[in-house]
Amino acid sequence: MSALTLAEKVWNDHLVVKGKDGSPDLIYIDLHLVHEVTSPQAFDGLRMAGRPVRRLDLTIATEDHNTPTQDIDKPIADITSRTQIMALRKNAEEFGVRLHSLGDIEQGIVHVVGPQLGLTLPGTTVVCGDSHTSTHGAFGAIGIGIGTSEVEHVLATQTLPLKPFKTMAINVEGTLREGVTAKDIILAVIAKIGTGGGQGYILEYRGSAIRSLSMDARMTICNMSIEAGARAGMVAPDETTFEYIKGRPHAPEGAQWDEAVAYWKTLHTDEGAKFDAEVFLDANTLDPFVTWGTNPGQGVSLLETVPSPDDFSDPLDRAAAERALEYMDLKPGTKMRDIKVDTVFLGSCTNSRLEDLRAAAAVVKGKKKADSIRMLVVPGSEKIRQQAVEEGLDQIFIDFGAEWRFAGCSMCLGMNPDQLAPGERSASTSNRNFEGRQGKGSRTHLVSPLVAAATAIRGTLSSPADLVGN
Amino acid sequence: MEKFEVESGVAVPLRRSNVDTDQIIPAVYLKRITKTGFEDGLFASWRGDKEFVLNQEPYKNGQVLIAGPDFGTGSSREHAVWALRDYGFKAVFSSKFADIFRGNAGKQGLVTGIISEADTEKLWAAIEAQPGISATVDLKNKTVSVGDVVVNFDIDDYTRWRIMEGLDDIGLTLRDEQAIADFEAKRMSWLPKTIPAKG
Repeated sequence: MSALTLAEKVWNDHLVVKGKDGSPDLIYIDLHLVHEVTSPQAFDGLRMAGRPVRRLDLTIATEDHNTPTQDIDKPIADITSRTQIMALRKNAEEFGVRLHSLGDIEQGIVHVVGPQLGLTLPGTTVVCGDSHTSTHGAFGAIGIGIGTSEVEHVLATQTLPLKPFKTMAINVEGTLREGVTAKDIILAVIAKIGTGGGQGYILEYRGSAIRSLSMDARMTICNMSIEAGARAGMVAPDETTFEYIKGRPHAPEGAQWDEAVAYWKTLHTDEGAKFDAEVFLDANTLDPFVTWGTNPGQGVSLLETVPSPDDFSDPLDRAAAERALEYMDLKPGTKMRDIKVDTVFLGSCTNSRLEDLRAAAAVVKGKKKADSIRMLVVPGSEKIRQQAVEEGLDQIFIDFGAEWRFAGCSMCLGMNPDQLAPGERSASTSNRNFEGRQGKGSRTHLVSPLVAAATAIRGTLSSPADLVGN
Repeated sequence: MEKFEVESGVAVPLRRSNVDTDQIIPAVYLKRITKTGFEDGLFASWRGDKEFVLNQEPYKNGQVLIAGPDFGTGSSREHAVWALRDYGFKAVFSSKFADIFRGNAGKQGLVTGIISEADTEKLWAAIEAQPGISATVDLKNKTVSVGDVVVNFDIDDYTRWRIMEGLDDIGLTLRDEQAIADFEAKRMSWLPKTIPAKG
């Protein structure tokens, strides 16, 4: 048998019908995650066509994008948000979909909930009407974000017609320095290959730096594959993966566990398998990475300065940089570490897991935030929030002067009341720095949880290294 | 979905790269639970600027959009396609599209044609020489023309066929019902089920 990449193996194991004459392959879907924003029109479509949900036992829903992160016991104030949540509740009841509503211990950001329950497993296919479904690739699954028509398609058929992808290896070798994290790796990768660089590919993150990462960190990396244009990103499963899954509510048990692990151990790229493209990144020399512009590819080392449009040879890149600098109100040559921010957001499907909260808490413990800073800490799920409370992390953040909130997508995209005011600037552990993403006129710098924490202390973009001697 | 073979309409030059779906339609418009009426959300924040191309008289009724590279990046929101469609756009051309956006467009019959950057410039120049001029999109022959400028575009044959025939994806897949059932019968027994819930 020919040598295969990880992505090809998982793809082949889900082939229902091989496409002929340019038609796409029909791929079976093992897990469909549903949330309130991209599903109402899909359920409506089923209703109109008189179709049921084909596999309720492979479907699970949660409320995340619109949910408030405070006063969650009160009715949702924003009427359109409330309507959308109520529509999901009504649809879940009518069709019989398992739903974790606001207040439930399993409620939270859809991409945090799947892995936490042990529903995201190596070698599976996971879809959701959300582009950050790539997160699940951290387990060696193919996780892809889909649109509402595709949501309806999966609800009705548990399959998706998909064109085969090309494969790209992202090789990250070496050892990260103190204060440098998974978030810095992925921001550096995106800056290197661009927001369209991964278009048409499934990325596979490989190399010693990736192998040494925890599952939480691998999820951070795979999560932002879409920011490089790739619909999916994967890491081959290993002992770290198995350790994470074992004992989770829906993980296999007993003899089935052994059978599953035996299969999972086959899920790696074979010796001699060819990738369609390869990228190399040296982990040893990486600094904390932050964005200066309005797309996630516009990033630099925190130790550098804001670039000038003249640094870009491509005229479109130059125009984009000019526009971004104007929007961000930044001058070329300004030291990144001199940029003053107003709000620090620790949260989102990129960086809201327990490890992220612990890392930031360790930096701010016993300190006070800068007076000018507002800091929001939003755990990825209610379960994580409760675990953090048990560890006393909530009190560390509260004593520091941060606001400790309930779980949800929150300020990542500001569909709930957690937004920036026009012109306000954030250091945000989320995934997108697009114009207006965190509120109309908002200005976003994407950062790691460590940089977020240090920034909240100093008031300007900073890393924990800047705190030494303070 | 309506059949599409040859369509003409006002051409709009959007001289921007990396037009992400947050720009095509901001998140605030995503709270609706209907599938139509999203035209007011299209490029909502840019439309506040009176210099923005869709605010200029000749382009107000735009139907064919010619954009810079990396169009439709970011969020998977199909609302971006609905907003373009509801505004009146029938086709978008760019040298590079984000995958999810392109997939979503195909499902709604919005043509997304790939043209070279050089051809993008040619079309922009032709349109700006005569603002308000129509573009003709010939899906059968995979060409888009503005005046004398005729440009070939790429679109995969399967999507092209589906759009030309106005076919619904779910109906097509359900023809393979037996293959789906056969696949389900041999799935591994340890694969998790969401129901009943375990805690």
